[in-house]
Amino acid sequence: MFNKILIANRGEIACRIIRTAKRMGIKTVAVYSDADASGKHVRLADEAIRIGPPPSAESYLLADKIIEACKHTGAEAVHPGFGFLSERASFCEALKAAGIVFIGPDVPAIEAMGDKITSKKIAKEAGVSTVPGFVGLIEGPEHAAEIAEEIGYPVMIKATAGGGGKGMRIAHTAEELKDGVRGAMNEARSSFGDDRVFIEKYIEQPRHIEIQVMADGHGNVVHLGERECSIQRRHQKVIEEAPSPFLDPETRAKMGAQSVALAQSVNYRSAGTVEFIADKDKNFYFLEMNTRLQVEHPVTELVTGLDLVELMIRVADGEKLPFTQDEVKMDGWAIEARVYAEDPFRGFLPSIGRLTRYEPPIDVEGIRVDDGVDEGSEISMFYDPMIAKLVAYGADRAQATSRILDAINRYRIRGVGHNLPFLSAVMAQKRFQDGDLSTNYIPEEFPDGFSGAEMDNYEQGALRALAVAFERSNAERMARISGQIANRGKAAIASVWTVREGRENRRAEVFPVEDGYDVTIEGQRYAIRGALDATIAMFDGNVNGEAFPAQIDRDGIYYKLSYAGWELAALVVPPRIAEALDKMPPKEAADTTKILVSPMPGLLVSLAVEEGDEVKTGQEVCVVEAMKMENVLRAERDGTVAKIHASAGSSLAVDQPIVEFE
Amino acid sequence: MQDINQRLEDMRDRARLGGGAKRIEAQHKKGKLTARERIDLLVDPGSFEEWDMFVEHRSVDFGMGEQKVPGDGVVTGWGTVNGRLVFVYSQDFTVFGGSLSEAHAEKICKVMDQAMKVGAPVIGLNDSGGARIQEGVASLGGYAEVFQRNVLASGVVPQISAIMGPCAGGAVYSPAMTDFIFMVKDSSYMFVTGPDVVKTVTHETVTAEDLGGAVTHTTKSGVADEAFENDVEMLLQLRRFIDFLPANNKEKPPVRPTADEADRPELSLDTLIPDNPNKPYDMKELIYKVVDEGDFFEIQPNYAGNIIVGFARMQGATVGIVANQPMVLAGCLDIASSRKAARFVRFCDCFNIPIVTLVDVPGFLPGTSQEFNGIIKHGAKLLFAYAEATVPKVTLITRKAYGGAYDVMSSKHLRGDVNYAWPTSEIAVMGPKGAVEIIFRGDIGDAEKIEARTEEYRTKFANPFVAASRGYIDDIIKPHNTRRRLCRALAMLRDKELANPWKKHDNIPL
Repeated sequence: MFNKILIANRGEIACRIIRTAKRMGIKTVAVYSDADASGKHVRLADEAIRIGPPPSAESYLLADKIIEACKHTGAEAVHPGFGFLSERASFCEALKAAGIVFIGPDVPAIEAMGDKITSKKIAKEAGVSTVPGFVGLIEGPEHAAEIAEEIGYPVMIKATAGGGGKGMRIAHTAEELKDGVRGAMNEARSSFGDDRVFIEKYIEQPRHIEIQVMADGHGNVVHLGERECSIQRRHQKVIEEAPSPFLDPETRAKMGAQSVALAQSVNYRSAGTVEFIADKDKNFYFLEMNTRLQVEHPVTELVTGLDLVELMIRVADGEKLPFTQDEVKMDGWAIEARVYAEDPFRGFLPSIGRLTRYEPPIDVEGIRVDDGVDEGSEISMFYDPMIAKLVAYGADRAQATSRILDAINRYRIRGVGHNLPFLSAVMAQKRFQDGDLSTNYIPEEFPDGFSGAEMDNYEQGALRALAVAFERSNAERMARISGQIANRGKAAIASVWTVREGRENRRAEVFPVEDGYDVTIEGQRYAIRGALDATIAMFDGNVNGEAFPAQIDRDGIYYKLSYAGWELAALVVPPRIAEALDKMPPKEAADTTKILVSPMPGLLVSLAVEEGDEVKTGQEVCVVEAMKMENVLRAERDGTVAKIHASAGSSLAVDQPIVEFE
Repeated sequence: MQDINQRLEDMRDRARLGGGAKRIEAQHKKGKLTARERIDLLVDPGSFEEWDMFVEHRSVDFGMGEQKVPGDGVVTGWGTVNGRLVFVYSQDFTVFGGSLSEAHAEKICKVMDQAMKVGAPVIGLNDSGGARIQEGVASLGGYAEVFQRNVLASGVVPQISAIMGPCAGGAVYSPAMTDFIFMVKDSSYMFVTGPDVVKTVTHETVTAEDLGGAVTHTTKSGVADEAFENDVEMLLQLRRFIDFLPANNKEKPPVRPTADEADRPELSLDTLIPDNPNKPYDMKELIYKVVDEGDFFEIQPNYAGNIIVGFARMQGATVGIVANQPMVLAGCLDIASSRKAARFVRFCDCFNIPIVTLVDVPGFLPGTSQEFNGIIKHGAKLLFAYAEATVPKVTLITRKAYGGAYDVMSSKHLRGDVNYAWPTSEIAVMGPKGAVEIIFRGDIGDAEKIEARTEEYRTKFANPFVAASRGYIDDIIKPHNTRRRLCRALAMLRDKELANPWKKHDNIPL
């Protein structure tokens, strides 16, 4: 076995690989860019080597630097994680030349599967069913338009070197196709240094189901079942699970057999994933094969009880797989949710900054959190915005779902926007719980974006009652402030309060009991028990005998409570105060529609307008790149450009004005 | 006897009606509460005792003899806020536009005099069209009587002005001499001369809101300390604010029971300071994480953001926080921030509020506009304020403490009681690059040499050790222990006694 391996990655996956290596008694070397100098993976590893400045093109994508780091530290093998160099054949070759083992497949397999056009041809030959499309490269927007007409809209534009949703676009019309081809090419160039794209027929109502394969290079190839990753946003996977609630044993066996056949046809070694798209009749088509560990591998690990990273390391060292296909057993259900630094309430725009509070739900039964951050870590604009993977295991799908929902409530993240409320909202939906998934799930269920989860009246009331209990508890301690001229006694503490949200008032009655309060709102009684002092940020007590893990934030006189993706922003005041507030005139928000501001921190890639230009609603104004994603900002209405505040190439802060209209 | 009682009730009813139902409605239409409604929300229910309800003006000119309203446009008296005594006057815009008559002024003076005798804050709710012109000079005299009391009460009891309507002309000078001014957005304004006069004299066209609204005074002029959305929010926030203040200059700050442990560690503070010394970070995170319950009442949050000042509590007792903010102008000191912090430090010193100073200051802001506008004297105000302050002074240097600004920010030399530094602190005359370019001016052309010298300087001086070796720093502390160490220091200093030499008063460089 290797004595020392280097992990050519960062963040959660680097941490996750280091954990397994440590368990196996293998020494670990981390590499880091300047942005990650105090990263968690650097701290967890036995050694750490700086490889360059923050941009990945100048650090994590530099094969030479990684090889140099191996030589310097004596690492015998490299685990690439996913992304970065994980599917770059040239990197494997360079490692080989330097006598270092690549923990992954061999070069020919990577090359064969890395190109999406070649891989399709090979898959076809191996008897794998494939999607109809044009097998060839797109020369430009005109060429794309021709092909699209041929195979019929909607079509999908994909980067040949793509992955993770980057460099991928769907076009329903010729107009969208034009934007899409250009956007995909730009994104592909900036993410992979390769702007080749192709087009294929876009299957509607599809489900994304993938098969995990594992091969040892000695001819043994097994599959470890499927994962369903249908819940995606802009082709980025958001929620994954194993097994799929859609597959029957027969289809599963068919998909597994085809995947194994494909792996065998390229003499595969290590872990790999064969991605399929399935339609409602359980027809499935090959999409691509990822020759690396997948982000969502933990769900497979939880249902199979295997450690994929360990297996990868062992087969890389020449060991045979210690089990056969028949010995692969699947038990229970696992669901993974990707916790992204993005603000679901602001169109999922990336959010960067310092995690001023970060408390993952690590002590919850059946919960695994794969993360690469600590409280105080920085989510930087240079890398993927994933903060963590929250994974729940249960005896069945219902238990796994209920556990992950509970864990989301107990997951506290502050300082950057995050998608926990959205994840909670999705998994609480009946449609999700029924397993009625599709890759169009999010646009179908949230056509107008996300504005908070839905919650039943009882739970809303419980959250309000909790706010009242906190304020009542606060009032009791305020009654004990020093320097009073006369003791007003308990009588001074009100038992009737008003919960005010916006301009909506609700009357609440509160009675203190031994270890909490009984609060009545809108005819419903809530028995609140537990610590309710002003230091509590996570309510650990009960409401009517049930755990109710709500989070509490205070800003002076204002409360913000959140639970299950629902937020309560409220004042809790005596009724006379609420009545007075009713008399206060509502204020109109300032008119900001005349200024186009940067919705996120990023780089202004290009400006499509000049001062004095007339613009039409929906016309492209500029492109802002953040987190390696290009975002086209469009005119929200017809107008004339009055002033341009930023130039192409300049970096932008959130809400920084870019273009002002007359 | 029954007649008398009836007459009393009638008079009270008349007084309570102020300028009448129509004017009350007009007041409400403007989104404003009446003088009495405001007091009701400000003080604890049932605690208000009104004085001088029957006072009327004595003017007879211009038909004023026939127009009398009991109370004469101001409601005065005392009550409690969370059980603690406060004196209040609340101008009634429905009565003669809240204009100040001789009698109106006398009522205000009466509560001020009493507040000083018993040692309790005075809260003025201002909503007045200005002087009662019909009374002429008697009204002006009234203003001056109030001004005189503002000055005498200054430093004896806290004086708080809430501007909840117009406040123009001479009337602005009473709030101006109080300790804090809060304004209501969109319905209050303050200026010495209004838009009409401005137009006549300088030909500038400006609205009352732009000239002296809440936004102007909390962002541009720095006259006001904070702006609130409406009357009710103002009054709720005033209650919260009063909870922080001692009642007078002999009392220690109030203590609010808290469950927040004094030794609560905050591991994330260990990574607050970025690896790159030129990268900013948010000093407010440090404040929120070390004070009780993260509860911080910031003063002037939207003005001179390069310095943060405000009230918080440590182990339940009020402290004043002064902190450089690296996010704004790199946290350097300039005219506005020096004045802002100096005034805050002096308030704390007046009222026995310990001062916690968090330092990350690269120096004073250079530039002609700073020099031409007198940064020398304005910067000296902060230096002066810290040097004369005798309250407990606990200082923590988080990163940069360069040059004269190091001295200013509650350094050991200015009688800082406990001066801590984080390991990341750099206490030096200036940053390594600047220093090397002066000391080794001859080598400037030689990048390699300069680089080496800079590194040498960095190793030698860009750390807390040189200052600590001289005792300028009492201890170098781990960031995650900051709350525990600050609480301990403040506890140790609780009974600190220190007096300045007798003097009539000092001569701060105004």
